[in-house]
Order: sequence, then C-alpha cells, then structure tokens
Amino acid sequence: MTKTNDRLALPRRVILQGVASVALVGLGKIASGAAPAFAAANDKYPEEAFKQKTVDDAIKLLYGKTAEKSDKVRLDAPEIAENGAVVPISASSTLDGVTSLAFLVAENPNALVASYRIPAGTMPSVANRIKMAKTSNVIVVVEAGGKLFSASKEVKVTVGGCGG
Amino acid sequence: MTIRRRDFLSLAGAAAFTGALPWPARGADSMYDLDRFGNARILHMTDTHAQLLPVYFREPSVNLGIGAMAGKPPHLVGRAFLDRFGIKPDSAEAHAFTFLDFEKSAARFGRLGGFAHLKTLIDRLRGEAGGGRSLLLDGGDLWQGSGLSNTMQGADMVEAANLLGIEAMTGHWEFTYGEKALRSNLARFKGEFLAQNVFLTEEAAFNDAKAFDPASGRVFKPATIKEIGDHRVGVIGQAFPYVPIAHPKRFTPDWTFGIRDDELQKLVDTLRSNDKVDAVVLLSHNGMDVDLKLASRVTGIDVILGGHTHDAVPQPIPVTNAGGTTLVTNAGSSGKFLGVLDLEIAKGKVADIRYRLLPVFSELLKPDPAMAALIGKMREPHAAAYAARLATSDRLLYRRGNFGGTVDQLICDALRGEFDAEVALSPGFRWGNSVLPGQPVTMEDVLSETAIAYPETYVLSMTGSQIKDILEDVCDNLFNADPYYQQGGDMVRVGGLAYACSPTEAAGRRISDLKLGDGRSLEAGKSYKVAGWASVNEQQGVPVWDVFAKHLRSGKMPAQRGSGVTLKGVDDNPGIAGQG
Repeated sequence: MTKTNDRLALPRRVILQGVASVALVGLGKIASGAAPAFAAANDKYPEEAFKQKTVDDAIKLLYGKTAEKSDKVRLDAPEIAENGAVVPISASSTLDGVTSLAFLVAENPNALVASYRIPAGTMPSVANRIKMAKTSNVIVVVEAGGKLFSASKEVKVTVGGCGG
Repeated sequence: MTIRRRDFLSLAGAAAFTGALPWPARGADSMYDLDRFGNARILHMTDTHAQLLPVYFREPSVNLGIGAMAGKPPHLVGRAFLDRFGIKPDSAEAHAFTFLDFEKSAARFGRLGGFAHLKTLIDRLRGEAGGGRSLLLDGGDLWQGSGLSNTMQGADMVEAANLLGIEAMTGHWEFTYGEKALRSNLARFKGEFLAQNVFLTEEAAFNDAKAFDPASGRVFKPATIKEIGDHRVGVIGQAFPYVPIAHPKRFTPDWTFGIRDDELQKLVDTLRSNDKVDAVVLLSHNGMDVDLKLASRVTGIDVILGGHTHDAVPQPIPVTNAGGTTLVTNAGSSGKFLGVLDLEIAKGKVADIRYRLLPVFSELLKPDPAMAALIGKMREPHAAAYAARLATSDRLLYRRGNFGGTVDQLICDALRGEFDAEVALSPGFRWGNSVLPGQPVTMEDVLSETAIAYPETYVLSMTGSQIKDILEDVCDNLFNADPYYQQGGDMVRVGGLAYACSPTEAAGRRISDLKLGDGRSLEAGKSYKVAGWASVNEQQGVPVWDVFAKHLRSGKMPAQRGSGVTLKGVDDNPGIAGQG
C-alpha cells in the first residue's frame, strides 16, 4: 500500500493496476466517489505522444516545452524492481496549480507510460504500476502554472539470484 | 588440536588498537576481560549461518570497494586491513579478521565460534553488565547454512536462539523457508522478529493476508522498545531489502521489501518524539555499504548494528548526517565474532559509546554444558550421515572472496562432470566453511557449502551472449557505484570459463575476453551447455550436495588453478591481495 493511497483514502481497487495504464482520469473525481469522468473533448487522447521512442520527444509532443528538475516533485520508486513486469511507482508534488502529471521510462520501447490530468483542487498524488524490460531512468513530469518540472530515479531490473 | 597458550598471551599487552574508538587495554589473563564502561550493554551477533559448532572460516583476500567505497572499510584485506585497524601481524586477531597465513594460523589458534562457546561468552558479558542492563540481538541469517538447519527449516536454530537468550532478530535467509515455516518458527521463538521494511503486496493486502499492522501493511513488528536500567532503547529491525530478487519469489509471494528510508525515518522520529526513547539502534541486514549510505540520509539513529556482507570490522565507522553522527558496524559471519556495544545513555541521548568486535576463539572459552547438550541432542539423528568422510583435502578449501575460491572450483568441476556441461555456474554466497589441507571432507562440510531451500541443479542451453549478460548482471549487483543498487553476495563462480573483469567500469561494460576452458573464445551467437544450481527459477535437477559429494568421493581435486578471472583497473586497490 502506498502513502498516496492512505492519504486520499482511496478504495484499493481504484489504484490503476494496469500495466502502462493510460489514464486521462481525474483522481479527485474517483476519490469523491463519482464516476470516472474523461476530460473534456478538447483534451483528446495524446496518441502521438505515446508513440514516441524517446523521453524528450514524448514530452515535446505532450507539452510542447521542456521540463526542469525540481525538488518540489517527488518520485517514489524502488531502487531494484522485485518484478520488472509490475514496478510500483508513485509521484506527488508540493507545487501550486498542478494541472497534469506524466510518467516516462527512458529505456522502454515507447517512453511515455501514463499521463494524468489533475483537476483544480485535487492533491497532485498518483500511484501507478509500470512495466520495464530493463534497467532505466524513470521520470515524472509535472505541469504547474504552465511550466514543466521533473524528478527522476534509476530503477534496476535484474535477473536476480546469487544473493549472499 | 593443541592450542599454544603463549600465542595468545604474547599479543595481549602489545595489541595496540588505534583509531577513533580504541580497543581497550587488556589484561594478560584473558582476551575477554573488558573495561567496564557505560550503563547499557548491547551484544550483537549476525550471519552465524546456523554454525552451531566452531568453524574454520577464511576471510577474503579480495573484497573490492569501487568508487567512493574504494580503499575504505570494509573494503580492505590483508595487511591493509591490519594497518587500518592497528592489528598486530601474526596475532590472534590478525587470524580472526584476515586471511593472512590462514593455514598456519588456523593450526595455532584453532576454530572460532560455536554456540556453546558463544553462550559462555555472552553469559559472562551479560553477567558483568548486571541484571536488566544488557540486550542480545541477532541480525539474521541465523537459521540457514547447515544440513541440520536446512532439514529442520531453522527450527534447530530457534531452540539454540532461545537458550542463548536472543531478544530480537531480523531476517534474510529465514524468509527462504516460506511464510508457513517462518511463522511456525517465530511462534516458538522467545524473542521478537523485527522488520520495518517488509510490507504486504497490494494484492495480498486486498485479500486480507496476515499482517502485524493492516493499516500500514507492515507484515512484522517494525521496532521494539527495551528498558535498560532507567533508560529506553528503541531497536528497529531492517530485514534484507532484496529477498524476492536474490531468491525465488515463490517463497515470499505476498511480501514486498526494499530499503525504505522514508518509512524508517518516520519510525525513528516517532520513537524519539512519541515514545521518548533515549537511544535508537538499527538492527540491520542491509549490508555494510548500504548501511553507510543509509546512515548519511536517515537522521536520529545512534548505531547501526549491521550484517549481511559478512564484513568483520573491528571498529565502528562514524557517518555524519543532517542530525548528527551515526556509527555503523558489521559483525562478520559464521559465529566467529560477537559485537559488544557499551553505551553511556543519558536522558534523551547517548553520551558515549565503546564498541568491540570480539573474535570467539573456541580454544579460549569453555563450552556451555546446556548448549552443548542441546546441540548434541539435535544433531544426534544425523550425526552418522554428517560424519561420512568423502575425501581428504589436498589444499585449503574456502569460498569467501569476490570472484572465487577452491570450494566453488570443486562444485563447478562436479557440475561439469556430472552433466557433461561446457560451462558451470555456482552462486557467490559469502557463507561456507573452510577445510584445512589434510583434513577429511565430510558430508557435513558439503552441506555447509550448499544447504539452501532451492538446491536443485539445472542444465540449460545458453548462448554466449546470455552467459555474458548473466555475468554483467551479477557483477553490477556487486560493483554498482551506488550501494543501494547492490544486493550483496559475491560474483557468480564459473567453471570451464575464463573472463576479464573491470569492476570500475559501468554496468554492461565490465566483462570481456570470455574464453572456454580450452582457450576458444566464447561466441555471442553460439549455444553452450551450462550446468548450475540455486536458480531463482524453479528447477528439477538433483540437489547440488549429491552432485558435490559424488564428485568428492571420486577423489578429484580442482583441475583449474585460480578463479579464471583476470581483473583490470584495480591494481592499487587495497581490497585485493591476489586473485581469489
């Protein structure tokens, strides 16, 4: 269970368990018990962004700008994955006016793994599971006040064994 | 074996242990007369690997530190180790802590450890501290490492732990017996099992799997508070963070591990602010490099009593962090050592500390009769089988070392012979006893090198490229510049294969020049027959101890000299004193 989960008092089942879940879903809506509402028609599914191979290209297509590192963006991920097929990661931010959040895995065939819109008044805190074929940097990008901020962490995927 | 008493006496007055926390001056009558200090004594044992009887255990001649860890404890061997800790060459301590002149010194100083001897020493040290003023903690890897513990799934060691008086422990190999056996053992354990970093997986929590604290998902009690005299000491347990990665995940399907700095910090803060403890001790199975990094990040811990990497470090290493200083220790393996932490505790803080890592010389300690009787009783049904003499060693047999030892050469020879394989792989475990030249090699010795919950052998076809990938993967677990990405353990051992290794290179670039036993280069695209054991994937082959025993009976000693590894870029590293 994650801290995010506790704080928002989400029923466990709404944690997005799908691998590389694509979710344009307002978490606040889920927490309030309302039916998940997809964003308005002008926020169409960023199909091209999800097709990009590199982190930079995906961010460029998703946001049209580049991100700067920020200690106000927090990414929780294991140092070494217990199972590369389902790596639990979560992110949160203390920035004001967060409007969206996205996870990227540099070494995955397609870098962008999930993108979330954060409605006004919602705590910017998301837990997710991702699939990783090999050791890679995992990046979270947060959009706040029209600017992009990021945090990253290397997650190692190993064949395991041979422990002492 | 005849112990020459004067060998011990000669060093007693001369042993000059220098450094921040000097070893106390000792009287000539005993190695174990300690100056009285402080108002609380914590005794720490770790990684005994179920060695109920005294052992020979050769410390490594290769224990490389890379990057910021280069040349720093615990990555010092031989003379560099003696110099750093001010230990006199040729002394009893030099024998206990280093590999130097191992065969000669082993004959002089005898075996170390043994629970009956440990019991005598522990009782004496607790008696000196006075009633209610001491604690006995075990850092894990208590239940695994012998034929008996493997057969009894650790139940023998629970009996021994209870008689020894262990009050709290954490775990690593304990988890490899699976949840049912673990819980059954813990039901009989009189102490507490502590682990702040083991949580239910999301699925297990959803299915209401058993947990100490369902709200947080913590499977075990994370910490305990012990009253020592008028003071309160918080003891936090830190289990091995990578159990489901280093071992088959099928043993712990419902549990997720990790280092969990943030949860640990919260726990320390709660112990300090809510529970008003005067001291905080972390009983850790992280491994020393991980503990040193953790100590720089987490504040409020007075001492980390560490294990896992089997580093016998005579003095604590002070690490500064935002909240002050944390001392980091590591107490070796196989029952060879007992850590003695004497604390002068004041209101809300530790005023002063003395630490000693005492070698447990079985020749200097009278075995405790009750423990000796318990051990005898538990071993009795298996004694005849264990005593079976399989061979006589023509050389020193040992395992410990970053790249290889003679024990694993024999195991690799056995695997290649049994399965007619071109290449053999054997895990780089850090436990496993030593056998002196000319000594019999018994079934018990074989089991002390191989007794695990997943001993099945395998034969697989692997491409040269796959073999290289495995070597690279394990090598990064050992030499990643960031200790949080290491798992502990040594390099996988190879038979029928030679390679060059550059530990200081980046992941994926360390291994090169792979050659088969006959000198042919390993081809990336070609398939080879590979035999091994201890796979994290389920295998069906006969247990490796049978293959090993059969090979020993055939009378063959290792065909290959050396580990087959050529090291590059570590010439000036004091963590190496010859290949091994």
